[in-house]
Amino acid sequence: MYNKGLVITGIVIFVVFFTSPFLIGLVKSGPPPEPELTPKAKLAKQCVEAKEYMVESHMQMLNDWRNQAVREGKRIYVATDGKEYTVSLQNTCMDCHSNKSKFCDQCHNYAEVNPYCWECHIAPKEKL
Amino acid sequence: MLETALKGSKKYWILIGVLFGLHGMGATAFLYQLSKGLTVTGMSRDVSWGIYIAQFTFLVGVAASAVMVVLPYYLHNVKEFGKITILGEFLAVAAVNMCLMFILVDLGKPMRMLNVILHPTPNSILFWDMVVLNGYLFLNIIIGWMVLSAERKQVEPPKWVKPLIYLSIPWAVSIHTVTAFLYAGLPGRHFWLTAIMAARFLASAFAAGPALLILLCLIVRKVSKFDPGKEAIQKVANIVVYAMIISIFFVVLEIFTAFYSQIPGHMHGFVYTFVGLHGHGNLVPWTWAFAVMAVLATLMLLCPPLRKNEKTLAISCLLVFFSLWIEKGITLVITGFIPNPFDTITEYVPTLPEVAITVGVWATGFLILTILYKIAVSVKEEIAS
Amino acid sequence: MERSRRSFLKILGISTLGLGTLSSVDLLAKAEMGKAAFAPDPQGMTGKRWALVVDVKKLDEETTQKAIEACHLIHNVPDYGDDEEIKWIWTDKYEHAFPGTEHAYLAEEIEEKPFLLLCNHCANPPCVRVCPTQATWQRGDGVVMMDQHRCIGCRYCMAACPFGARSFNWKDPRTTYFKDKEPPNPKYPTRTKGVVEKCNLCAERLAVGEMPACVEAVKDSKAIVFGDLEDPHSEVREVLHEHFAIRRKPELGTNPNVYYIV
Repeated sequence: MYNKGLVITGIVIFVVFFTSPFLIGLVKSGPPPEPELTPKAKLAKQCVEAKEYMVESHMQMLNDWRNQAVREGKRIYVATDGKEYTVSLQNTCMDCHSNKSKFCDQCHNYAEVNPYCWECHIAPKEKL
Repeated sequence: MLETALKGSKKYWILIGVLFGLHGMGATAFLYQLSKGLTVTGMSRDVSWGIYIAQFTFLVGVAASAVMVVLPYYLHNVKEFGKITILGEFLAVAAVNMCLMFILVDLGKPMRMLNVILHPTPNSILFWDMVVLNGYLFLNIIIGWMVLSAERKQVEPPKWVKPLIYLSIPWAVSIHTVTAFLYAGLPGRHFWLTAIMAARFLASAFAAGPALLILLCLIVRKVSKFDPGKEAIQKVANIVVYAMIISIFFVVLEIFTAFYSQIPGHMHGFVYTFVGLHGHGNLVPWTWAFAVMAVLATLMLLCPPLRKNEKTLAISCLLVFFSLWIEKGITLVITGFIPNPFDTITEYVPTLPEVAITVGVWATGFLILTILYKIAVSVKEEIAS
Repeated sequence: MERSRRSFLKILGISTLGLGTLSSVDLLAKAEMGKAAFAPDPQGMTGKRWALVVDVKKLDEETTQKAIEACHLIHNVPDYGDDEEIKWIWTDKYEHAFPGTEHAYLAEEIEEKPFLLLCNHCANPPCVRVCPTQATWQRGDGVVMMDQHRCIGCRYCMAACPFGARSFNWKDPRTTYFKDKEPPNPKYPTRTKGVVEKCNLCAERLAVGEMPACVEAVKDSKAIVFGDLEDPHSEVREVLHEHFAIRRKPELGTNPNVYYIV
C-alpha cells in the first residue's frame, strides 16, 4: 500500500469521527424521556389512535392530516374506532396535549429531532 | 485527472486561496441570510426578485455559449475549435453551477428545494428550468470529462459520447429559451411580455459567453504552455460581433414597438431605465453604461485592426461582457417589477449581505472554473510534450 | 489490479442501492393505517365558483377598516408597514386599483373612494400556472389555495400575479412582529419566514359553513357580497344582474372573481 501510515491514520480518524455520536452517547447519555399527560389527556384514555401506533407513526399521521385538511379540504378524521376528530394539530392534538415542553419536547429533545411545526402552528401557552 | 488540479504554481494556489476566501465570505453571509430570512436583502413586496435571479438570468446565457464552439466543430468540422471545445464545456459547467447556486440562495426555503422533484409540475416553467439546467450540467460534465480523458490517453472517446455531444447542442438553446419563458409568459409584467425575449437571450448569450471565453483563452495562453490558437480566438470574435449586432438590434426593436405604439405599459419600463419615471431613476446610470459600452464594443469589434490586435480585442470583450451583464444581469429583471401592478414605483437597491453572497457565488463559480481549466490545460500540456 | 478495483466499486455501489431500496420499501409498508378515513365537514359550504361582489358606493374608511381588521386579526397577519409589508386585503385609490383606466376628469366620489383590494381567486390563475411545487393550486370550488408546508419561497407566483395580491415573509413574524405580543388568533397558525401568503377566501371558515371574515364584518351594510357564481339563485348573481360591475385588468384573461359595482 502506498502511504500506508497516512492512509491507516486517515481511516482511523474517519471511523472515530463517524461513530462519535454513538461513542459520546455511551459516555454521556441524559435521562430517558418522560412525556407527561395533561389531566385532559388522561381523562380521554386513548389518543386519536392507539398509543403504540401514535408513538411509532404520529409523524406520518400528521403528514396525512396536513395533506387531507389543506390540500383535499377534508377536515374530519374518522379514527379506526369510529370516533370523529377535527383535523388540526393546533386545535385538536394540542388541545389535549397542551403541555408541549413536558410532552412533545420530551422525546423530541432526547432524539435530537427538531420538527418545525411550531414555527407556524401556535403551541398553547404553558404555565412555567 | 483530478490530481492535475492538485499540482500548481504559487500563483495558482494564491488564486485558489483568494477564490476560496471569497467563497467563505459568501457562505458566511448566506448563513446570516438563512437565519434572518431574505429581509437582509434589498428585495421588497413590489420588487420580489433582485440581483440573485438577475445574475442567474445572465449566467444562463454564458453557460449556453459553449454551443458556439461545439456546434461549428462537431457539425461543421471547423478544426480551429478542436482545441477549445473543452474550455467551452468547462465554462458551461462553471456557469450552470453558478446559476443553480443563485437560485438556491434566492429561495425562501432552500431546504425544501427537492419539492420541485418530489412534486413535478409540468405546467410550471420553473420545473422545466430545473430539468434543463441540471441536464445541461450533467451533459457537459460527462462530455468534457470523457473527451478530455480520452485525449489524455490518446484514444477516441467511447462511442456513446457522440450522441450526447449532439444532444448538448439543442439542449444549450433550450436552457435559455426556458429561462426566457420564465419571464415572457407572465401576463402582469409588460416589460417582459415580448415574443422576442428568448431571441434576445440567445443573442446576448452568444455575445457575452464567447467574449468571456476569448478572455479566458488569452489568460490561459499567458499562464500556461497551452495555446488555444490565434485563429480560434479570431473566429470566436467574429461570432461575438455578429451576436452583439443582433443583440443591440433586438433592443432597438423593443424600443420601437414601445414608443411608436405609445402604449404606456410598453413604454414605462424603458422610460424608467433610460431617463427615470416619476422621479425615480436609480437604474439610469447603469442603463447608459450598458448602452455606451455595448455600442463602443461593437464598433471596436467591427474594425478589423482592432479585432485582430489581441489587446484591443480583450478590451472589446470586457466591454461586451460587462455591458450585457448590466443589461441581462441587472436592468432586465429589476425593471420588470417597475412600475408595480398598481402603477406605483418601489425602487430596489441591493444590500451588503446580498452583494456579499453574490460575490461569493461568482467566486465559487470561478473556483470551479479554475480547477477545471487547470485540469484541461495540464492534460493539453501533457500530451503536447 | 485496476480491473478488480473497478469491479469492487461496482459491486459496492449496486449493493448500497439494493439495501437502500429494501429499507425504503419497508418504510412505505409501515405507513398503512387500517380503516381510518377522512371526510369533509358536512356543514361546509359547497360551490363551484366562489366570488365576491364589492359595492363600492358602500365603502368608506370605517367599513373598509372593519373588513381589513377582521381578516388580518383572525389570520394573524403581521402589520410591518414598510416595503416588506404583508397584506391579504387592503385599500387603494381607483387609479391604483384600475391602473390605465383613470383619466384627468374622474368623478370626485370615485377618485377619493378607498377600494378594497384582495386576491381575485381568478378562474384562470397565472400564479397557479407557474408554481413549481403546486404549493398554490386552484380548488374545485374556485378558491386559489396556499399550502405553506410545501412552498419553497421561489416567489414566482408573486411575479406572475398581475394584481399584486401576494406577500412574502421576508422575515419571521414570530420573532419580529409577534415578539412581544401574542398572535391575535390562537386557533389559526402564523406563517414563518420564507413562504408566500395571500387571502385564502377563509377556506377554514368555508369548511365549517361560515362566510369569509371580511364579508361577515360588513354584513350589515352588504358592502361585500359572497356567493357561488354558478348558482343562478345566489346573492352574487342577483346583485350582478341588477348592477353594472367591473373587474380588475380583465384584458389579461385571468378571469378574476372579485367584482366591483362602481
